[in-house]
Amino acid sequence: MKSTGKVIGIVSNLVTVQTFGPVAENELCFISVGDTRLLAEVIKVSAGKASVQVFESTRGLKNGDNVEFEGRMLEATLGPGILSSTYDGLQNDLTTMHGVFLQRGEYTDPINREKLWDFEPLAKPGDKVAAADWLGEVKEGWLPHKIMVPFSFKGEYTVKSIIDAGSYNVDTVIATLTDESGEDVPVTMTQKWPVKVAIKSYREKPRPSRIMETGVRVIDTFNPIAEGGTGFIPGPFGCGKTVLQHAIAKQGEADVIVMAACGERANEVVEIFTEFPELIDAHTGRSLMERTTIICNTSNMPVAAREASVYTAMTICEYYRAMGLRCLLLADSTSRWAQALREMSNRMEELPGADAFPVDLSAIISNFYARAGMVVLNNGKTGAVTFIGTVSPAGGNLKEPVTESTKKAARCFYALEQNRADQKRYPAVNPIDSYSKYLEYPEIREFLDESVEKGWTEKVAKAKNLVRRGREAHEQINILGDDGVPMGYHETFWKSELIDFVILQQDAFDAIDCNTPIERQMYMLNLVLDICDHRFSFDDYEECRTFFKNLINMLKQMNYTEFKSEKFNTYLSEIQNLLQENGE
Amino acid sequence: MANKAYQRVYTQLEAITKATVTLKAQGVANDELAVVHGRLAQVVKTKGDMVTLQVFSGTEGIPTDAEVTFLGNPPVLKVGEGLSGRFFNAFGNPIDGGPEVDGEERQIGGPSVNPYKRRQPSQLIPTGIAGIDLNNTLVSGQKIPFFADPDQPYNQVMADVALRADVDKIILGGMGLTNDDYLFFRHSFESAGALDKIVSFVNTTEEPPVERLLIPDMALTAAEYFAVDKNEKVLVLLTDMTLYADALSIVSNRMDQIPSKDSMPGSLYSDLAKIYEKAVQLPDGGSITIIAVTTLNDGDITHAIPDNTGYITEGQLFLRADSDTGKVIIDPFRSLSRLKQLVQGKKTREDHSQVMNAGVRLYADAQNAKTKLENGFDLSDYDLRCLDYAKDYAVKLLSIDVNISIEEMLDTAWKLFAKHFSKAETNIKQAMIDKYWPNGD
Repeated sequence: MKSTGKVIGIVSNLVTVQTFGPVAENELCFISVGDTRLLAEVIKVSAGKASVQVFESTRGLKNGDNVEFEGRMLEATLGPGILSSTYDGLQNDLTTMHGVFLQRGEYTDPINREKLWDFEPLAKPGDKVAAADWLGEVKEGWLPHKIMVPFSFKGEYTVKSIIDAGSYNVDTVIATLTDESGEDVPVTMTQKWPVKVAIKSYREKPRPSRIMETGVRVIDTFNPIAEGGTGFIPGPFGCGKTVLQHAIAKQGEADVIVMAACGERANEVVEIFTEFPELIDAHTGRSLMERTTIICNTSNMPVAAREASVYTAMTICEYYRAMGLRCLLLADSTSRWAQALREMSNRMEELPGADAFPVDLSAIISNFYARAGMVVLNNGKTGAVTFIGTVSPAGGNLKEPVTESTKKAARCFYALEQNRADQKRYPAVNPIDSYSKYLEYPEIREFLDESVEKGWTEKVAKAKNLVRRGREAHEQINILGDDGVPMGYHETFWKSELIDFVILQQDAFDAIDCNTPIERQMYMLNLVLDICDHRFSFDDYEECRTFFKNLINMLKQMNYTEFKSEKFNTYLSEIQNLLQENGE
Repeated sequence: MANKAYQRVYTQLEAITKATVTLKAQGVANDELAVVHGRLAQVVKTKGDMVTLQVFSGTEGIPTDAEVTFLGNPPVLKVGEGLSGRFFNAFGNPIDGGPEVDGEERQIGGPSVNPYKRRQPSQLIPTGIAGIDLNNTLVSGQKIPFFADPDQPYNQVMADVALRADVDKIILGGMGLTNDDYLFFRHSFESAGALDKIVSFVNTTEEPPVERLLIPDMALTAAEYFAVDKNEKVLVLLTDMTLYADALSIVSNRMDQIPSKDSMPGSLYSDLAKIYEKAVQLPDGGSITIIAVTTLNDGDITHAIPDNTGYITEGQLFLRADSDTGKVIIDPFRSLSRLKQLVQGKKTREDHSQVMNAGVRLYADAQNAKTKLENGFDLSDYDLRCLDYAKDYAVKLLSIDVNISIEEMLDTAWKLFAKHFSKAETNIKQAMIDKYWPNGD
């Protein structure tokens, strides 16, 4: 028997409900406005009253309107057919909705119930299984989609029967399991899972031990992110957050990509589903859209669903991780989600924390980041969820609650810098302030020694130091003037400029330069470091400047040409000539 | 808006603030309109049987026994072809002496477009201003504000852009316009002979500030009518969004909400996004492009209003007085059009983006040289050439009084490069240099 209630107060999308019967925190309810039913979530209960956040516009809602509680939390529907979909924050399929405008109260099924899938059983009668164990497999496009024992099943089950290979829709009972008390439970190809709860049906969660390649030099070379790692990109507007995130989405080395457009521009989502089907995944040769799922709650869509959107996206990633796949979750931007929390907290007249954000903001953010990670499944295979979020700090000031809370939770920090963006030095990631804690992990260093080259992390550290020293020299030159410093300062400065222009800067809109495989990154870093080790002799700073400008220009042209092509090698020999002419 | 006969009249107000009144009433819907003491108001909060109304024209002189009637619907605009060429106030009533518009009543502030049904913006909107077309190209379906100090001629630039743009309808939403500016817009539209494709919703500084809150929704409801129903290309001008945000903060303050940064309401981002995200390229060819004005306080873009705006809009056009040349320029560092790569090199010449980047990079070098000069250091030959280039670049390309085609802008830029720099110093892709570097210079 469902609990009911009546509306007794409305402020924007926060509605107070007089409840008749029990209600749970985070329970869903429907509020009836005329013939339309609006979905809402309980966010606070006190003295027979529930505060609910409505996922839709509350226009026309009246005190006294009826409320029906659903007895469940917000859930994601999991099953074949999620890949390549475009959902809203509550996992409604946006592609099957009618009309140009989003109609209030229109909820669509995330999964096509009619479509037939070619099912292959993996388990056999008599097998002992537990939650997340693989029962069978269907081909979801190219991807082997495992049909699993639902995550909500507790304890051990015995497979009683399993359906033969064949074509079935998702609602077909594909297996019957017997639980420890001898009761039979049917299993279909879909299951539901509450989005705010982490899926923990795996054996263990070890430390990440390998790198996820992104093709972006400033990340892969300078501050690599681990597979199953976490990172965040804070930056003022106009610094290229979105371009960088899209580059990672296009080039990231992952099986499944989920992009959560959380409170951001609708045109950016349009860009994804316009361009991604046309673009080819460099790792697999397939269309990018075949591995991408979009969850979008753009900034003009109902605020409350913004928070839900990141959780829905994470749940979908965890689901694919349980199939032994490498997933990448990109959320743009987590600040919008924090702002949605702030709006609700404000309307509930809670005592505010810093900048009027709720006081538990930090805890909410670290809980969420903790859901990423590499896991060892029950069958010994591994899967990973790598999470990269963007943060939009107010006024570009990194000393604000969302950035600070995220810094505590994420292991990689890619600080976008206004100054670099102003100079069009893209991606505008600050090479000094940014960091990747994974470079300190022994297992990661070992992985880099083997997969890139021995001593790679030392080379990266050396390059970073050259950039740092270049910055210091530049400051001295600015204070004392070109003539006021020894020649060596100019050389130091220009070596850092060399690294900056050739390694750090990258043209996201150039067909070749946009994506640099790790092999090419290694080659270029070695080349640049060799140049930095060269003993130069310059008569004056003017000569030094001209020499390096020339050198940078040629190395940049190299970045624009096919790796080790004829043209590439021509530039290389020109560079070698140039070096021979100067010094020894 | 006449009262309907059957409606109950309430006559006892429980509380009055400068912007809101509170009373006991039953059966009231959220967002519904009401008339309080002859003034239009809207329901913003209900709690038990207490209803709080935001009174648009302010509550001065409203007594506790004022008559209150509820109208049963949220604010509406009558839409039809008759809107063209007309001037309205914030409530959608004509202020040009003409008759009421015949047409269908539409609720303002309606639902958003399903993102999946949007199309990628791809049509260039040329303005003749090189600071825009060359460096920050505009695309239909884009939303972009001018960031300008109050002393910049932003309304003039916006009027220029609007009248040069190739669109079917121009919709002006004026918030807190001075009477002089209102008359300026009216005059420039009339003298350009373009009045029949223009619809204006105007709230002047003589009118109460809270009324402004209706202007963007009114303007965009009209825009959606032309773009969705008539498949037209619509350009919406919103000036000045800073005054709109100020009105938001007045209301939230009166409702005892905890302010966030710069005493703005915590929902500022969502409130602004709801307006700007109405910009759209529709599948059937219609589009809504929004050009807005956000006035700054002494160039400070970290203030909550420009800051939130910057995160929502697809770039910004930054107006600045250039002391070296005495011109008002579109600042190439702080300005950005996020959609420019959708048209640059695709709808324009192939060298567009390389030329743009080189032009700005060299201008940045000139700024460094200028800093050196100011600090009393000797300038190198390169520094001196940069400074010369910067002057040419500001006058011939960045200044807002430039009015040439994009082809001419690119040719001008190449000439400036060749005049001041060597090929290598421009850092441009070799293939482009080979093709476009002017010979003989």
